[in-house]
Amino acid sequence: MFLLTLFTRIVILAIAAVSLNFILGYGGMISLGHAVYLGIGGYTVGILAHHGINSGFVQWPIALGLSALFALVTGALSLRTRGVYFLMITLSFAQMVYFLTVGLDKYGGDDGLTIYKRSTFAGLVDLSDKVAFYYVCFAILLACVLIVWRMSQSHFGVVIRAAKSNDRRMQALGISTYRYRLAAYVIAGTMCGLAGVLLANHTDFINPEMLSWTRSGDLIIMVLLGGLGTVIGPVGGTVAYLVLEEALSGITEHWQIVLGPFLVLMALYRRGGIAGLLSWSRRD
Amino acid sequence: MILFLEQFLNGLQFALLLFLLAAGLTLIFGIMDFVNLAHGSLYMVGAYFAATFTRWLNSFVLGVLLALPAALLLGVVLEMLVIRRLYSREHLDHVLATFGLILFFNEAARLVWGAAGLTLPLPSFLSVFLEVLPGVPYPAYRLTIIGVGLLVAGVLYYLVQHTRIGMLIRAGAANREMVGALGVNINRLYTIVFGVGACLAALAGVMAAPILTVQIGMGENILILAFVVIVIGGIGSVRGAFAASIIVGVTDTVGRAYLPEILRLILSPTGASTAAPALSAMFIYLLMASFLVVRPEGLFPAPGGRK
Amino acid sequence: MMKSLLGALAAAALLATPAVAQQKVKIGFVNTFSGPNAAIGIDERNGFELALDHLGRKMAGLDVEMLYEDDQMKPEVGKQATEKLIQTHKVNFLTGYNWSNVLLASLKPAVDSQTFLISGNAGPSQIAGELCSPWFFNASWQNDQTPMALGEILNRKGVKTLYVLSPNYAAGKDMAAGMMRTFKGKVVGEEYTRWPGQLDFSAELSKVRAAKPDAVFVFYPGAAGSQFFLQYAQAGLKGQIPLYSVYTTDAITLPQIKDVALGSISTQQWVQDLDNPVNKRFVAEFRKKYGSYPSYYAAQHYDAAMLINSAVVAAKGDLSKKDEMRNAMRKADFPNTRGKIRFNHNHFPIQNFYAQEVVKDAQGGFTMKTLDVVFKDHSDAYASKCPMKW
Repeated sequence: MFLLTLFTRIVILAIAAVSLNFILGYGGMISLGHAVYLGIGGYTVGILAHHGINSGFVQWPIALGLSALFALVTGALSLRTRGVYFLMITLSFAQMVYFLTVGLDKYGGDDGLTIYKRSTFAGLVDLSDKVAFYYVCFAILLACVLIVWRMSQSHFGVVIRAAKSNDRRMQALGISTYRYRLAAYVIAGTMCGLAGVLLANHTDFINPEMLSWTRSGDLIIMVLLGGLGTVIGPVGGTVAYLVLEEALSGITEHWQIVLGPFLVLMALYRRGGIAGLLSWSRRD
Repeated sequence: MILFLEQFLNGLQFALLLFLLAAGLTLIFGIMDFVNLAHGSLYMVGAYFAATFTRWLNSFVLGVLLALPAALLLGVVLEMLVIRRLYSREHLDHVLATFGLILFFNEAARLVWGAAGLTLPLPSFLSVFLEVLPGVPYPAYRLTIIGVGLLVAGVLYYLVQHTRIGMLIRAGAANREMVGALGVNINRLYTIVFGVGACLAALAGVMAAPILTVQIGMGENILILAFVVIVIGGIGSVRGAFAASIIVGVTDTVGRAYLPEILRLILSPTGASTAAPALSAMFIYLLMASFLVVRPEGLFPAPGGRK
Repeated sequence: MMKSLLGALAAAALLATPAVAQQKVKIGFVNTFSGPNAAIGIDERNGFELALDHLGRKMAGLDVEMLYEDDQMKPEVGKQATEKLIQTHKVNFLTGYNWSNVLLASLKPAVDSQTFLISGNAGPSQIAGELCSPWFFNASWQNDQTPMALGEILNRKGVKTLYVLSPNYAAGKDMAAGMMRTFKGKVVGEEYTRWPGQLDFSAELSKVRAAKPDAVFVFYPGAAGSQFFLQYAQAGLKGQIPLYSVYTTDAITLPQIKDVALGSISTQQWVQDLDNPVNKRFVAEFRKKYGSYPSYYAAQHYDAAMLINSAVVAAKGDLSKKDEMRNAMRKADFPNTRGKIRFNHNHFPIQNFYAQEVVKDAQGGFTMKTLDVVFKDHSDAYASKCPMKW
């Protein structure tokens, strides 16, 4: 049933948006290369499956580990920069991996690679059952939202948010914002890697497009639509973006001519995105 | 050796196309602190204009010449309608708005010109080849691109270094508030800069069109490289954009040309051919990342530092 | 009273039949309708539509409903379009699929849902071999076959050294591999260019000139093909080093390249001037309806439509009888622009391959002329890897 497929995709991308919101919304770190973690997670699953390793118990930890490692190394370098330079350097790391996947001739390169068997979990759950898979993704989304919420309320989250508004003051207080930021970045990267694992299982297919900078741009838009710095915001933003895309493309194949100016207007008049709109109307 | 020189010329040609695009981008970013993702759309629209006007007027030269003021007009209108309202906003809003503009322009182009794209055929006097190196006929058109690129670089250099408006541009890149405080009409300056940037982007699109054909979304790929160029060159510096375009353009072309042979020693031919362009592209991003970590201001940073 | 009873019965009968006539043959058509190669998708659609016209837009008395989707030349978009056609529109047949990489990404959804997929163009080696499926039929050719015929021609012409240029995707690699299977000379250069983005071949052409081969072999379908031929001439190589190609000069690109392609030789499983009644009717009516020569793309899709029709007719319109439809298709008993073909056990055709040359026609336009039969009843090289038996 097509709706189930759509909702599953929304849930998976919402996980990615939630992870991006943690560093972008709360931490003010604008990454234009976040989709790289979708790719790292997805390609790990795809490559291992290609070699006959289908067990989720093997694939998923490796995928998450690689995502975390990549986030640690690139984050350590990127977080030495700020603002637009951070944007560009996260972009460049993502592009490097993008071109790496394009260059992997053995794993399809630009043509991509079909995954013939989804991750198996020794019979605990059958991911090729669409309904079961949806519930798994939904459960993971709930868990991620919970994690982000707890973190944002904790000392860790307070530091991150304070560092966004006034980094110098935090440093004057003797807090090494760099270490906090790096930790946040690694957590966000790992979470997005998990989204990538789910995405690969969902589409039964991996290709470099998963990592392209336009994908990263889509994620930023979903976060912005939902409102920065709120826990539920990114979920709302993802729902809005994907539903809008699906609905508009049903009406006309030229839907982007409506979406485009809509985004422009959002940029001109937004104050907190959808979550902001909701609280604004409540304030009234 | 001759082959290397020929590849070098190919690289130079690509570098100058990149420069045309990067020059506008770096000025807009440097003066107005505006992240313009829609710069690639201006490139695309320029190409579409040229293809259409050439068809209507049945003349390549007239079509090309008419496309430039048309693109300038579009740039000015865009600036006044949309861009101007975003200067005071943060970069994130720039990204959101210009991303929306990309979608809009792509779809508008599809509606106006159809989904299949257009071709811009060369007139016969440009389809000949000239023997620039002994025994090496090189397409005259590509030499034209090199010539135009160098000419524009020269004009821009003169403009920025030796005229009043150039002085305002350099000052604005270094300290925006001061320039405003000195009583200069900032709005007009910004509109002019954006318009010139749009014109340069359109020129790049026009020059590229006969080789690469005109299609929806043609600006996206080259835009990313243009961003790499302005970061390496130093945001706000036309000189930097020039130096960096040469580095990036020549590296990409020469890398694509020679890397397969080196790789064939370790990989199969299809593997080498797949890996080579990927590696040379990766290298360019590696270069940018290194610059960002070691020397984020770029090769020719704007004096007075950026905030 | 009798009259009104009869009237009521008749009315009831009339009300009953629409429920049966309601059933349609739904065919999903996934192809490229945007970007520089939209012309190919349009040509293929035209070929298919012409066949439907010839069939009276009905198969076994059922109306045919066509659902067209754009793959934008991207595997993931084609895959999603395929899934949408299967899940939302519940199509009975899938067809189209011009690009091998799009087909490879879209095969699994079709096979998983047990929907017949008739490829109108793409013929990747993997699907001819280990990925062969009872749900897949190829109405065109296997990627390697045509270039194998070209390799044979190169041998006959005494070409000793060859430079190979091909795009870096599934079909591009198959084409080069196929040619090198039969070519006996030495390959002095082998380059796979970026696909589909790269339309500027200046770097590669410089290398060709430096290598000084006896001949150059290329495979550049669509817009890249016209670009390549034009740049080849611009680089001064035309007339110096002969250019051999497969699927690069066709009815779509020739009007753009014109004189530059005159005299160039290629191989194909179908040429416009093939002398059989189905083809003659096809070419004549295509020209009348669309005002241009049909390409091999269009011819293949004409055949694909006829193949699907043979299946529906054999099942007498009962689209749930999938085994019967498959058996009918395996018989390959359908009007064919190539004359007569058979299917191999991997569901790929066994057919002739011809050498053809670009010539000027009586009206000053450009078209292809058959020169020679290179292979007769040729099977592809991957059939042995396919475990299917019937």
